[in-house]
Amino acid sequence: MVRKSPITKMFAESPIKPLQEHIEKVHECVKKLEPFIKAVVAKDYDKVASIQSEIHRLEVEADDLKHELRIHLPNSLFMPMPRERILDIVLNQDRLANKAKEIAGYVNGRQMEIPEAISEMMIEFVIQSINASRQAKKVVNELDELVEVGFRGREVGSVEEMINDLDDIEYGADKLGTQINNALFAIEKDLDPIDAVFLYRVIQNVGEVADIAQRVGARLELLLAR
Amino acid sequence: MDILVSNSTILISMAVVFGLFMAWGIGANDVANAMGTSVGSKALTFRQAVIIAAIFECAGAILAGGEVTKTIRKGIVDVSSLGSTPELLVYGMLASLLAAGIWLLVATRMGWPVSTTHSIVGAIVGFGAVGIGMEAVQWGKVGTIAMSWVTSPLMAGAIAFALFRSIQKLVIDTEDPIAMAKKYVPYYIFLVGFTMAMVTLLKGLKHVGVKMPFEQNVMYATLIGIIIALIGTFMIKRLKFPPKADKKFHFANMEKIFGVLMIFTAIAMAFAHGSNDVANAIGPVAAVFGIVQSAGDIVSKSATPVWILVLGGGGIVFGLVTYGHKVIATVGSGISELTPSRGFAATLGAAVTVVIASGTGLPISTTHTLVGAVIGVGLARGIGALNIGVIQTIFLSWIVTLPAGAILSIFFFFTFKGFFS
Repeated sequence: MVRKSPITKMFAESPIKPLQEHIEKVHECVKKLEPFIKAVVAKDYDKVASIQSEIHRLEVEADDLKHELRIHLPNSLFMPMPRERILDIVLNQDRLANKAKEIAGYVNGRQMEIPEAISEMMIEFVIQSINASRQAKKVVNELDELVEVGFRGREVGSVEEMINDLDDIEYGADKLGTQINNALFAIEKDLDPIDAVFLYRVIQNVGEVADIAQRVGARLELLLAR
Repeated sequence: MDILVSNSTILISMAVVFGLFMAWGIGANDVANAMGTSVGSKALTFRQAVIIAAIFECAGAILAGGEVTKTIRKGIVDVSSLGSTPELLVYGMLASLLAAGIWLLVATRMGWPVSTTHSIVGAIVGFGAVGIGMEAVQWGKVGTIAMSWVTSPLMAGAIAFALFRSIQKLVIDTEDPIAMAKKYVPYYIFLVGFTMAMVTLLKGLKHVGVKMPFEQNVMYATLIGIIIALIGTFMIKRLKFPPKADKKFHFANMEKIFGVLMIFTAIAMAFAHGSNDVANAIGPVAAVFGIVQSAGDIVSKSATPVWILVLGGGGIVFGLVTYGHKVIATVGSGISELTPSRGFAATLGAAVTVVIASGTGLPISTTHTLVGAVIGVGLARGIGALNIGVIQTIFLSWIVTLPAGAILSIFFFFTFKGFFS
């Protein structure tokens, strides 16, 4: 019979690794938007449907990881970062995957078409949003290093820089979004009104992907300022 | 008096058997807590940890275990108050050993948080106060011991915090952590060797018959520190640092260097633990032996016989080999979140505190001290997640174990008294 030692009991599982695994999965899901939008532009609707179901599957898997993480984060933990902050980061990571799922859902559901005039821009826009998500992932991946240095010194500076880069990427996505909106406005009279409304919605949602990615970075930044 | 003379063999045999049982229990269970952080941080394999523990628990017990043994033996119960009934102390010490041993066995089976130190101190105070009389207990000394149970985790925490902050400043938060680690880790190894050697030379060795002037002690401790640091430097030189290792986690190579440091820290911890906890098993044995041998002459100013220290060290190793290795594996695998740099800060903080307590003759709980040290590192934002609920189990251990040890020992005391007279 082995007694559970107080020393062993003391070390709880750090939420950092699960958090990193979660964003890994989330980004994998978001990343699918690139082949997805390309398939839409190519009007290959079989492919669109199959990627949509993959995005859906990845989102569900990310959800499982999220629940797992929350369950293992009891109130009594003493951590170098506030528990609320961790939960807040997970929440935003989760929203990222949700947003990707939402976009894929109605684009596939309505078999949407992207007008020639904006298709190039659209692909670029999606890629830029994915870049934001990737940068958010990179930032979250620095968390174990931050614990290693005890949230002090140089490492903090380099993470801050990464967060600044994330802000720049989001800003770039923002600009692209405005451009596409303008381009769509120029041709909207030629489109079916409902299709046009949904196109605006796709643009808005893709922009939100970058937005939420930026928010993940911003939440993490709050951990540094202590 | 006659009772002691006519029963001398049986009394000493009982003491030896009970003492061995306690020592076995310490080796089987408590050593694992002392070694857990070293195995958990993967600085040592489980097998290496067992070998280190076996050698240095024993060394600590023999070389530096004398002072705490003296406290357990005659610091808690005032032997001069016994007058013409020295046999009471013999019964009491036997009862304490048996009580603490049984209580530990039961509590371990039930999974309760107990400390060997608290069990034995509770037991001795119990039989002293009830069996002999309130005035027989040296309450001042008991108060000091109780205080040390509070201060030792705090002190270990403070040292661990300071150590961790110092490696943050000197090594981790620098342009080239690997180079800085190579530069500074030998100094830390020196610190480990010097501290352990110093306390041992000052306080421990007189129990094995060596006594030197202070300056000479400092010189020898420095020399030992330098030798150990050189060995460490050599070990670091042999390490390889593939840049690939740093890809996923940027500090993987730096932590390797701390892994070397951790080996020495683990040695210090095993030594410290042996020096403090051995007394729980053999302090009473020494008391019984002292009285019986002199046939009731309790004024015994003699030091603890070396063979009794060896008995304790041997018992611990025996417990370790027969059972403790399994517990080390379990405890070690339960601590996977600790990297060597933190493991070092926490373990050395605890080891220094424990060895100083050993030098001062204060029986403290190694486990609780280590908990304090780990929290110290946590306060420096160095550990991913800690379960602070453990502090509660520490208080529980105080509240439950002290009376439990006392009540059992009072019971056995009167049983022995009735049996022998």
